Amino acid sequence: MSTNTVPARTATGRRIRDVVFVDGVRTPFGKAGEKGIYAGVRADDLVVKCIRDLMRRNPTLPAERIDDVAIAATTQTGDQGLTIGRTAALLAGLPRTVPGFAIDRMCAGAMTAVTTTASGIAFGAYDVVIAGGVEHMGNHPMGADTDPNPRFMSERLVDPAALNMGNTAENLHDRFPAITKDRADAYAVASQTKLAAAYAGGQIQPDLVPVASRKEGTGWTLNTVDEPPRPGTTTEDLAALRTPFRSHGRVTAGNAAGLNDGATAALLASADTAAELGLPAKMRLVAYAFAGVEPEVMGIGPVPATEKALRQAGLSIEDIGLFEINEAFAVQVLSFLDHFGIADDDPRVNRYGGAIAVGHPLASSGVRLMLQLARQFEEDPSVRYGMTTMCIGLGMGATVIWENPHHPDYSSNAAEDAA
Amino acid sequence: MSFDRYEKLAALVPDEVVTHSQVQDIDLPHGGGTLALITLDNGLDHTKPTTLGPNTLIELGRVLEGLKARAANGELAAVGITGKPYFLVAGADLSTVKSLKAAEYGALMAELGHEAYNLLGNLGVPSFAFINGVALGGGLEVALAADYRTISTGANGIGLPEAFIGLVPGWGGVYRLPRLIGPAAAMKVMIENPLSNNRMLDGRTAFGLGIADELLEPADFLEQSLAWAASVLKDPSAVDARRAGHATYTDGDWDAAAAAGRAFVAAKTSNAAPAPGKVLDLFEAGKNLTREESAAAECEALTYLMQTPEFHSTVYAFLDLVQKRAKRPAGAPDRKLARKVTKVGVVGAGLMAGQLALLFARQLKVPVVLTDIDQQRVDKGVAYVHAEVDKLLSKKRLSPDVANRTKALVSGSVSKQAFADADFVIEAVFEELNVKKAVFAEVEAVVSPECILATNTSSLSVTDMAADLAHPERVVGFHFFNPVAAMPLLEIVKAPHTDDAVLATAFALAKELKKSAVLVQDATAFVVNRILGRMFGEITAVFDEGTDAATADNALRPMGLPMTPFRLLALVGLPVGQHVQESLHAAFGERFHVSANQQKLIDAGIKGLWVKGEDGTETVPEPTLALMSRGDKPSDSAEVLRRTQDALADEIGRMLDEGVVSAPEDIDLCVILGAGWPFHLGGITPYLDRVGASERVNGKTFH
Repeated sequence: MSTNTVPARTATGRRIRDVVFVDGVRTPFGKAGEKGIYAGVRADDLVVKCIRDLMRRNPTLPAERIDDVAIAATTQTGDQGLTIGRTAALLAGLPRTVPGFAIDRMCAGAMTAVTTTASGIAFGAYDVVIAGGVEHMGNHPMGADTDPNPRFMSERLVDPAALNMGNTAENLHDRFPAITKDRADAYAVASQTKLAAAYAGGQIQPDLVPVASRKEGTGWTLNTVDEPPRPGTTTEDLAALRTPFRSHGRVTAGNAAGLNDGATAALLASADTAAELGLPAKMRLVAYAFAGVEPEVMGIGPVPATEKALRQAGLSIEDIGLFEINEAFAVQVLSFLDHFGIADDDPRVNRYGGAIAVGHPLASSGVRLMLQLARQFEEDPSVRYGMTTMCIGLGMGATVIWENPHHPDYSSNAAEDAA
Repeated sequence: MSFDRYEKLAALVPDEVVTHSQVQDIDLPHGGGTLALITLDNGLDHTKPTTLGPNTLIELGRVLEGLKARAANGELAAVGITGKPYFLVAGADLSTVKSLKAAEYGALMAELGHEAYNLLGNLGVPSFAFINGVALGGGLEVALAADYRTISTGANGIGLPEAFIGLVPGWGGVYRLPRLIGPAAAMKVMIENPLSNNRMLDGRTAFGLGIADELLEPADFLEQSLAWAASVLKDPSAVDARRAGHATYTDGDWDAAAAAGRAFVAAKTSNAAPAPGKVLDLFEAGKNLTREESAAAECEALTYLMQTPEFHSTVYAFLDLVQKRAKRPAGAPDRKLARKVTKVGVVGAGLMAGQLALLFARQLKVPVVLTDIDQQRVDKGVAYVHAEVDKLLSKKRLSPDVANRTKALVSGSVSKQAFADADFVIEAVFEELNVKKAVFAEVEAVVSPECILATNTSSLSVTDMAADLAHPERVVGFHFFNPVAAMPLLEIVKAPHTDDAVLATAFALAKELKKSAVLVQDATAFVVNRILGRMFGEITAVFDEGTDAATADNALRPMGLPMTPFRLLALVGLPVGQHVQESLHAAFGERFHVSANQQKLIDAGIKGLWVKGEDGTETVPEPTLALMSRGDKPSDSAEVLRRTQDALADEIGRMLDEGVVSAPEDIDLCVILGAGWPFHLGGITPYLDRVGASERVNGKTFH
């Protein structure tokens, strides 16, 4: 017989809450390597600058209200190791009561940081989080110190060539012969042109965090713009480039993203917390999905991920008014567009250009797509739904669908829930 | 160009480690235009501070000339200056400044700094200094020459230490600082701090005083400094308002600050060194001077001071001794021989033992056991340490966890069995050879053959103490100074049998205890007490001969010692002083005067000669005088000073002949760190050389 006089309690019930993208920032992206702007700069410091700028941009957010800091990095050693979400939080001066963790899903690291913490917000575990990513590919060359299981080869689980992303892009060209090198190059040139136009229109700069760096013999400088872009690139320029992954191949440095350094960070909150703290809601999370594909053609990953996300959201591709698709390779974007019957130069796709022009510091890129989509939402209230999507090494795709709060039909589900 | 006239100065310093002025154009945010950012960088890592020498300043000056021309062309909106990580600039390269023998070159060096720095404030566009780290002396003055300043909360080592070094803040600091932060605050920075163990400011404090206009965190200090600069270029009104708050003062405030500074210098230094007075001269005169007029006076003062022996002695004491020799003690064996110390025993539970236990527990973080002859004494000893830890806790100098840890490390026992697993046992029992020998024998019976036995004796023979032990090689002298926590010196005494592993462990331990160790041979009273004893002997002797107390006690004022001899004796305790004096007399004979009058005071329970009256003046009370019998052969101040100088030269000459220490540098280091003797004496031997005592007594100089 129990002597306990306290009545048995029932845990508080759960309800799904709306998640909003409050704000996002990134460092200017640099070229990896000794000549790059971030040679000698630590990856964790890049994240710290982003977190601090996010806090400065949102002064009504008390730092102690942040419930977690999720930072992605593909290589989690050295200056990207030691549970970088926690170290970055401490180094950024957030209160010690704010926890943090590290995330890895290669190129979709930051995107996964967002979806994972957003799920936590929806579940009620968090009110406010910081999610972002970093990759200093100069400090951590792609594939360095990896140790693939020999079973991949012996049991033919994954073609070893698929561990090299350039090879998978060539494979994608094989699968879709209609995607020619000329189409890929033309797409790449357009990416450069669109980014240059976005810079000229001041659409990129507002979300860049300046980063000071110092090199031997030249003193401190301040990096305020992306280093990789090559405005003015022509198809003739690209035609002359060699195809490093295959002789007489199609993939070149010109129609692929480069090797880059950079970091991103976003602030997410439950819709009601954002309202409580006076934080803006730049986007509302509608749905997200991840999907696996054959590692040998990892670039096709966004297709099944997008179909899955659309299905969840009860939307079809026609409902998506803006696409921010990561440009690991032009062929990977074109395979997506072909699948959904979208033209190569459709104005809904990558209005500010993409990674081919701006760069792709692996685990950081997901949040770059989001902060660009958020800005396009603000510029274009006629668009109700937008999508951020990307391919992922070892054969995966990730897609997140967002709703534009500036759209006249924006349904603030949060308000309904709270009622 | 204007900096060409300094080339001959630069040519004197061909090996200067040049701090380069590296320029990068920065696009300021929000269309703020171009800021040319100068980074001061010597190309070495953060363990090698950036410094200022002639080549450095010429380069900076020429770079600024170039930027001025660009500003005139409309290319620049602003100029900024910052440093490599952890340093803006650590100040003038003192070795270089000291090497400028001729007044002509000293004057050129002074003028060069002014010419370069003045450009920074006259570029035609606003200038900004971003104080990211150490900014001392000329390093802070370069920032003061800029129009606006930011400072990092991570910056440490901010100050104008010239008065301490033997110079003046004569590259505009003495003129600009009081106008920026007010005369009283400037006096604190230029006089009080330098003369208070060369205290420095951190970024937050410097900002609070008004030295900088904006305080920023280190994580993105430069990025935010540049953003701030852009905002100031748009609208400086907030900065101007904050400045006005700090720089509001009257002529009366200025005069009061000068008077307070004079009083402070007199109290701290007895006006024995010229530099602090020169700072005050410049400050007073500067009240009504233009910047150009002040600059001329500053250059004159710098030129003069660079030639003074006090400045040269200070650089010797500061750079050669405290910065270098103290960190690499002469004669210390290879540190690889050192053994690990994982538990410490302290024999005795009295006041000294308690201080030692606290030091060992705090710094080594290993168990420390106190023993004494009965439980009551043991408990009292442990309770003392615990109470001291609680005091540190209440002052927030320890965290609660560290306080708990430290207290738990200190225990007591009436049985020396508690030392069985100790690696190092130090005795702090009564100063009596037989007592100490008995203690060591008892400890040796318990501990391992390798356990080090150390003695904190101040006057007994370490060799004799070890004589009857099975392992005399394990005995070493470990002579601390009182108060143990505050005094930085440790005399490590090597007896003839002491082996290298023991000695190496002793030096390693000293380092862990954050003490500066000097190796001394086993000679009565070692170094500091022997020199002080000789000085006490002379002063008590002239007093006993009939010199009045004031004349005897104040005769050494020109040396600027931290305390007069009679006051120091009272602080040490007359019986302790007398005991040391007797030991010295027993060892070395008549040249160490043992005063019968002092003994009479001790017998009468008198604590000191001087007694402070109700009006604050100090006198020797009549009843005290009546106790003593004194002669009728008074000396005057000059005679007393000269006699003491000669006695010190004699004693130090003997100590070096005997090999008590390996060089006069060690004597100087000992009196600086163990007795607080001033840098401007160079410790003592450079002073004895320059006043002629060395020559008079020993027929040669020490250096």
